[in-house]
Amino acid sequence: MALPVAFFALFFAYPVAAIVGRGLKADGVWQFGRIGEVLTRPDIREVLWFTSWQALASTALTLLIALPGAYVFARLDFPGKQLLRAVVTVPFVLPTVVVGTAFLALLGRGGFLDELWGVRLDTTVWAILLAHVFFNYAVVVRTVGGLWSQLDPRQEEAARVLGAGRFAAWRRVTLPALAPAVAAAALMVFLFTFTSFGVVQILGGPGYSTLEVEIYRQTAQLLALPTAAVLTLVQFAAVGAILAVHAWTVRRRETALKLVDPERTARRPRGAGQWALLCGVLLTVLLLILLPLGVLVERSVDTTGGHGLDFYRALGSVDAGGGTFLVAPLEAIWNSLQYALVATVIALVIGGLAAAALTRRAGRLVRGFDALLMLPLGVSAVTVGFGFLITLDKPPLDLRTSWILVPLAQALVGVPFVVRTMLPVLRAVDGRLREAAAVLGASPLRAWREVDLPLVRRALLVAAGFAFAVSLGEFGATVFIARPDRPTLPVAVARLLGRAGELNYGQAMALSTILMVVCAVSLLLLERIRTDRSGEF
Amino acid sequence: MSTTRRTRQLAASAVAAALGVTALAGCGSSDESASGSGGTKGSGSKTVTLVSHDSFNASKDVLKEFTKETGYTVKVLKSGDAGVALNQEILTKGSPRGDVFFGVDNTLLSRALDSGLFTPYQAKGIDRVAADTRLDADKHRVTPVDTGDICVNYDKKYFADKKLAPPRSFDDLAKPAYKNLLVTENAGTSSPGLGFLLGTVATYGEKGYQDYWKKLENNGIKVVDGWEQAYNEEFSGSAGGKKAKADRPLVVSYASSPPVEVLYAKPQPAEAPTGVATGTCFRQIEFAGLLKGAKNEAGGKALLDFLISKKFQEDMPLNMFVNPVTKDAELPELFTKFGATVDRPTTVAPDEIAKNREQWVQSWSSLVVK
Repeated sequence: MALPVAFFALFFAYPVAAIVGRGLKADGVWQFGRIGEVLTRPDIREVLWFTSWQALASTALTLLIALPGAYVFARLDFPGKQLLRAVVTVPFVLPTVVVGTAFLALLGRGGFLDELWGVRLDTTVWAILLAHVFFNYAVVVRTVGGLWSQLDPRQEEAARVLGAGRFAAWRRVTLPALAPAVAAAALMVFLFTFTSFGVVQILGGPGYSTLEVEIYRQTAQLLALPTAAVLTLVQFAAVGAILAVHAWTVRRRETALKLVDPERTARRPRGAGQWALLCGVLLTVLLLILLPLGVLVERSVDTTGGHGLDFYRALGSVDAGGGTFLVAPLEAIWNSLQYALVATVIALVIGGLAAAALTRRAGRLVRGFDALLMLPLGVSAVTVGFGFLITLDKPPLDLRTSWILVPLAQALVGVPFVVRTMLPVLRAVDGRLREAAAVLGASPLRAWREVDLPLVRRALLVAAGFAFAVSLGEFGATVFIARPDRPTLPVAVARLLGRAGELNYGQAMALSTILMVVCAVSLLLLERIRTDRSGEF
Repeated sequence: MSTTRRTRQLAASAVAAALGVTALAGCGSSDESASGSGGTKGSGSKTVTLVSHDSFNASKDVLKEFTKETGYTVKVLKSGDAGVALNQEILTKGSPRGDVFFGVDNTLLSRALDSGLFTPYQAKGIDRVAADTRLDADKHRVTPVDTGDICVNYDKKYFADKKLAPPRSFDDLAKPAYKNLLVTENAGTSSPGLGFLLGTVATYGEKGYQDYWKKLENNGIKVVDGWEQAYNEEFSGSAGGKKAKADRPLVVSYASSPPVEVLYAKPQPAEAPTGVATGTCFRQIEFAGLLKGAKNEAGGKALLDFLISKKFQEDMPLNMFVNPVTKDAELPELFTKFGATVDRPTTVAPDEIAKNREQWVQSWSSLVVK
């Protein structure tokens, strides 16, 4: 408990408090009147309203589209399942600029829908909502599916034997067991879409503005710290309210469940219903995820002289960007992987400890800590980044130009994922098993290793995958930490896209494709660890 | 309590694991310790640190040349776009991350000067710098380094096919012949977007610019978020735009964009695919300054001298696609052959911009962003 608390206090609470404090204090006096001033502005109210409702709508739509997917990935066996599970997570790591490109190609002028039915959705709310589903599909599939695959199907079967209909059995047995995971996924999707930035700007156009965009403008562009501070507080309040609702709904539902090995629960689809569901989900994934990704791949090989790999070849040379980089863009892969690895370890350690502590104890303080852990998802990167700047500037903690700041900032976003994926599973572990182990003379550590670890291994891997993907695609913090000699993949893509010229554009697409492959392969390797029974992690 | 002990043991082993990994990650780059943050500590240091925005670039050879001449090694820190980078420096005033800051442009100059970010220093050879760029000539808090022009670019092929003359001035853009052809960026968040808006303010004045934007709005101007989107997705003259079947042959970009299109095309075309509407330009001037509280003032001063040396000024155009400010620097052939000369770009005084920027952007938003 001590380590996660210290980590969050130092790298999150303190920087954010400092930057907000600077905005609200004038000549050493707190200016709380500013809060009222900002909140009564009609434009701010409008922004707040839009931010909230689009986040709610996005969350609902994501759950609607992704829950069948969670079932299919958890309970049905089909060829290519593992690969597809890795691929649906790929959107997570793509820079929004690139995703914007892909979506415009589908929804915009001359896009897929335009060609078919003459429908154009760009600069509409629909484009924003669909892009949010695209980004967050994996969140639901992985968090809910992870638990679903470990629920013992015999419980539902028992209910059927006792005379319940198929739907009633599912509603009475499976749904309550899944509720915490569904709530956790919904919470994460909401926080993500609530603080959505690039998607809203690029697909919605300048007419749509979220709180996050407004905070960025006020902080980064105008240096209007007072307004930014108030908006950050508003963000806190909204996120806090959602966290409270979440805690209230989940607390009454978490029960010990009988968890089994996921290998045993998945079956080949049987009956027309399951086949239809499988085909429906595959079609959704194809249209919503594979098509946009395919657009990027297609553009990366679409050279002047027909299709070829020229852009990929260009990535290997230092002068690829005419001096855009001091190193060849390809080296960005290695940088990204290093950062992601370190960030994943930090996130797993901090998140794992926090989840363990939250499982063992209850009480108001602990619940407050649980909420605190989620806050980084609901606070804008620019607030945290500027907070770092004004707090971590004195030895021994002058980290402003240190590389460790990158994985630290990334881990901050990764930890909530780790906690949210592991908690439902950890809480479902039957405490009597631990007690039995203790009675038989196992040390607490050994009991944890023998009892908890096998059961939570799956959740741990899902969590690790998330933390890894989050850090691989993280852009906000990376931009603040100035290390031009070590650009990460998303930073390199953004730099290439920021220049005119065909080679730059093509290389940006090629590098995005590489980023997707790196992400998918890393996640597949993580999935593989599962079959290796010897490892701790 | 056994639980706390358990957590602690776990924590210890986990920290050890984390440290192990970080040590490994450090191995990947041997230069980490040499040029890392440890390298700048201590006085009389041989490292001088330049803080800048993401667009800063210089050839390795030129930076080596600087080291050979002065004995200082340059370390570059880049963070975010021009506005973000500057604001970060203002926030950390007094304990700066580096010695010299490069990348304050005239739209941000007043904010930088008013915040007292810089130590005055008169760079050697400042008399070679064009007078109209020396906006702080009496105090020397900042030194001009480069200029660039934000102008409307046009897709040559489109206008040739349509047998239509491309627009040349702000007035032209509002004419019916160019209806639904222009795409620009959000003036609130994008620097070319802001530059274009300032250009219209300079041309039509405080009174007239809003009427002009009403005309543009009626003439079907499209506003998107940033330059990347406008140029790569909406503009039919760019490589990305061609792939995206873009349908806007006019875009707010830079005067140096056409040469860049040529440089990054394979094979290189005989003429640029895009042109510049030279009567629609807003002049950006970028400055550098010695940061107050710099650990290495002597090195910082040497670097400022170097930034306006002939060598650096001639290296700059092909790295950052900007124009030199010194009279003795010659433009590369790519610029003279494919670039446009902008004779009379518009400008607005930095203190005017600082004073009215937000209000201009707000009224602009209410006119064109719905």
